[in-house]
Amino acid sequence: MGLQAAPPSTETAPRRPLVSADATQKVLAFAALVLLFIIFSIASPNFLQFNNMVGILLATAVNGILALGVTYVIVTGGIDLSIGTVMTVSAVMTAQFITVWQMPLPIGILGGVATGAFAGFLNGTIIAKMKIPPFIATLGMMYVAKGLSLIISGLRPIYFNETPEFRDVAMGSVIGSFIPEFEIPNAVLIMFLAAIVAALILARTVLGRYTFALGSNEEATRLSGVNTDRWKIAVYTVSGFFAGLAGVVIASRLNSAQPALGQGYELDAIAAVVIGGTSLSGGEGTILGTIIGAFVLSVLTNGLRILSVPQEWQQVVTGAIVILAVYLDIVRRRRS
Amino acid sequence: MSSLLVHMEGIEKSFPGVHALSQCHFELLPGEVHALVGENGAGKSTLMKILAGVYRKDVGRIYLRDREVDLHNPREALHQGISMIHQELNLMPHLTVAQNIFIGREPRQAVRFVLDDKAINAQAQALLDSLHLDIAPRTRVGDLTVARQQMIEIAKALSYNAEVLIMDEPTAALTESEIDELFRVIRDLRAKGVGIVYISHRLEELKRISDRITVMRDGHYIDTLMTVDATIDQIISLMVGRTIYQSAPEVPEDLGQPTVLEVRGLNRGRLLKDINFTLKQGEILGFAGLMGAGRTEVARAIFGADPIDSGEIYVNGKPAHIASPNDAVRHGIGYLSEDRKRYGLTLKMDVETNVVLASMSRFLTALGVVRRGKTTETAQHYVKALSIRTPGIQQRVKNLSGGNQQKVVIAKWLTADTDILIFDEPTRGIDVGAKSEIYRLLNELAAQGKSIIMISSELEEVLRMSHRIVVMCEGRITGELSAAEATQERIMKFATQRTAAVQSKSGLSQ
Repeated sequence: MGLQAAPPSTETAPRRPLVSADATQKVLAFAALVLLFIIFSIASPNFLQFNNMVGILLATAVNGILALGVTYVIVTGGIDLSIGTVMTVSAVMTAQFITVWQMPLPIGILGGVATGAFAGFLNGTIIAKMKIPPFIATLGMMYVAKGLSLIISGLRPIYFNETPEFRDVAMGSVIGSFIPEFEIPNAVLIMFLAAIVAALILARTVLGRYTFALGSNEEATRLSGVNTDRWKIAVYTVSGFFAGLAGVVIASRLNSAQPALGQGYELDAIAAVVIGGTSLSGGEGTILGTIIGAFVLSVLTNGLRILSVPQEWQQVVTGAIVILAVYLDIVRRRRS
Repeated sequence: MSSLLVHMEGIEKSFPGVHALSQCHFELLPGEVHALVGENGAGKSTLMKILAGVYRKDVGRIYLRDREVDLHNPREALHQGISMIHQELNLMPHLTVAQNIFIGREPRQAVRFVLDDKAINAQAQALLDSLHLDIAPRTRVGDLTVARQQMIEIAKALSYNAEVLIMDEPTAALTESEIDELFRVIRDLRAKGVGIVYISHRLEELKRISDRITVMRDGHYIDTLMTVDATIDQIISLMVGRTIYQSAPEVPEDLGQPTVLEVRGLNRGRLLKDINFTLKQGEILGFAGLMGAGRTEVARAIFGADPIDSGEIYVNGKPAHIASPNDAVRHGIGYLSEDRKRYGLTLKMDVETNVVLASMSRFLTALGVVRRGKTTETAQHYVKALSIRTPGIQQRVKNLSGGNQQKVVIAKWLTADTDILIFDEPTRGIDVGAKSEIYRLLNELAAQGKSIIMISSELEEVLRMSHRIVVMCEGRITGELSAAEATQERIMKFATQRTAAVQSKSGLSQ
């Protein structure tokens, strides 16, 4: 028996759905966002005011930046519970560099971001090398970072009173200096730039590709000769990096490092990621979805506040939205 | 012997508590399909995993083109031109075909960190073309059929310029036509000089595709035969080292057995259309058909696992309302899924727990505490009655062989007092020796008055076991044969009796 002539395959490749699975959830989240906008602008004339819009953007910035990093982690099928308090310890270290050690601002900012990245690196190393489940490893890091924030700061907020320029990092407006009517704080600009970089890395680079591969089938990825430990560490480092960036932004915004703040932020960020259609079981997700998810949360909070809904109820609604978002995703998957 | 592609000799391998391989020998020529057979646990996969660098040998030598090699990990083996396609496909379902093939070796842009997706897709396309596969490189692997996913694994292996391709049970999940396509690809590769090791339980297949057959048993090399000279009986006796149980289909005594299950007018969307059949006490009713014919769907509908649109089910002559598996169990119906590991067993728990799992309430005290004495007694009873080979009832089920796992599932349903047992592919992934034990068990159960529906894709199995055979095609029952009238040809005729072609014509004219 020699080489046989290949019969032409009659089966055609499965047709690509018009909108991919990821995209549908994004569209859904975006539709929810638009719907919220419509509802709130009808309900209150104050909602669509320019200042309120800026307020929403600003309120999204920190959570949005945190959510970018944890998107990577969740796409690998992992979780990072430490980003809230890692953000805090990064803010505290920024303050430490700038006000206590009197370093120049750029060094302080880099130091803060590096602190976050280092915490993420530790997370990744613990998870990849010691084989500790991400939930436990990052839960541990959450407490470690929280404790260190309090120890380093001596339990007190550190104010940037001697370096008023630091506040401009988040609250100044580069955009406003070009277009005076648009005094949009830098924090918002930072979030969007970070989102673009995060999206490009996820879609176009080796790191992004392996992030998806890890979440899709880690063992297969390993057997394909990919050094999965190394890339896993890289992914958690990315998450820590964005937590560090969020730390700098929040410190600048509050003009202080507040050591008691931070816990709970990780859950807001995870909620944003989930609303944006990233699957907690890994393998799929997008940065655009995450940003939309972050906006859904902040628009909701803002709108309900404008309608004078008490804060307790805002949380009830937010919780319901998270569950609803995931449920819709499950229903959709079941159908397809 | 300088023409040998691979030569392994004196290979020894031990795992904690198990001497998996002793003095094993294997050789592979270029351009040869070399089948490796043996019962589960015979050491085939272990031997090949050593060749593929997944495991390290304890003792022995491996020569690749007469050069001794020492393979520390799969990556080294890959770079030496040895690829292994594992039984569980190692693909990333969320990534595209091209991304899967080149995972770990992606073409990069000038900036090394950035991927060159254009190049990756073009290279994948070229590779797929060379295999004459009509698959788009940008398709998500999760959207492909299992057969096509397997082709992607082959393409991936070849992209490493593999000279040695090891395939572990490649056809386990494929349909006939898919197997044909796989064989075409294998023959192409053979013609190009690739040496192929083919591990399979399906001996008829080996006769079709292989050039030589090496038999292993209990971690030992037994013999190598030229396929043309070997008979299937000869291979089987070498494999098991003993004669195996062959049950002749007994002509059923059709007189007076009551009907225990009757299904009338069962419909479920496009999957099931007007299903009618009866099952008598003590009968083994075979369900034959091609994959996707709707046999599993019938079972799941009767078992209450899937909702039905219309239809009635009568158990012992009385209408039974079955809306959930719980209802089915209360009516004495048990379903043994084709995917034991996923739906039949809690793998991480012990034999005892698995045996009593479906009837826990009978083993509880008034306060809801499990009566260990009784569960132990029950489990021990079935371990003995079904001769489940396990070190003890505290053994975790995942450590048992496929055949013994299947017996644990059977024990579970017997414990639950079910009289109607639906077996979905009861011998899938089970080796020849254990298969015969399952067959014997089915016959014994039927003789004891249990009624059995046996879904199977292996025609021989259906013919050998069934008192009566129902054949399905495209969601309909297309034929029913008694054991006496059934032949492979007749079954296949019913199994391929499609209506789609006719209907689509009339559909067009409407």
